[in-house]
Amino acid sequence: MSIKVRYFASLKESVGRSEDELQITYPLTVHAVWQQLNPDFAMPDAVLAAVNMDYVALDVLVLDGDVLAFFPPVTGG
Amino acid sequence: MYWHFFRRLPEVDVLIRLCEAAVDPWQEIASYQAGLAKLAGKYGATSVFVGSMRDFNQGDDVRSMFLEHYPGMTEKQLQHIVEQAQEQWPILESLVIHRVGLVKPEDVLVVVAVWSAQRGDAFDASRFIMENLKSRAPFWKKEVLASGAERWVEKNTDGYQHQPS
Repeated sequence: MSIKVRYFASLKESVGRSEDELQITYPLTVHAVWQQLNPDFAMPDAVLAAVNMDYVALDVLVLDGDVLAFFPPVTGG
Repeated sequence: MYWHFFRRLPEVDVLIRLCEAAVDPWQEIASYQAGLAKLAGKYGATSVFVGSMRDFNQGDDVRSMFLEHYPGMTEKQLQHIVEQAQEQWPILESLVIHRVGLVKPEDVLVVVAVWSAQRGDAFDASRFIMENLKSRAPFWKKEVLASGAERWVEKNTDGYQHQPS
């Protein structure tokens, strides 16, 4: 199973990458995906997550083919 | 420049547009309203919000700004916000325009316009759309200060210089 992970704005700069591809053998939570991909970087408190462009809680399971995005608080308008 | 037309509900229309070029809000609203011939005589209220870029923020002079966004999710969330407004107020038509990319002080960053039969619905729905855009639409601002330093805007304010009494 494969999921795509995207990072935006200041979080993209902190992580040093805009995208990751993660192969998983069983469903993982959003938070667990972060930990697998960023073992040396604790997720900042204010981080928001979206799966397939909808906001999700960090304990939601990510499934094969999902696109998961992490980003800081939004500041448009 | 991106154009996005969403016409899901038969009785309500909305145009959501993300734009890399400068926006003239008054021309946009006038030309959009000119296309609403089917609503002629039906709306009695048009509420318009225009947000522009200041040349200062948090005590510093700001020279320019880059507006990053998440393509696809931005449009999806804006559409969802307008649909939620439509569920709460009888909106006849709405228009949401937001700049992306490089912007300069005085540039218009966002336009929200709502047409309805009564003023209360137009006022409240446009406020709802604007406040939810601020908290839910995935845009991020990176400022370039007069000193040349760059910084991300970390969060939006509540929108008041002083708390209203």
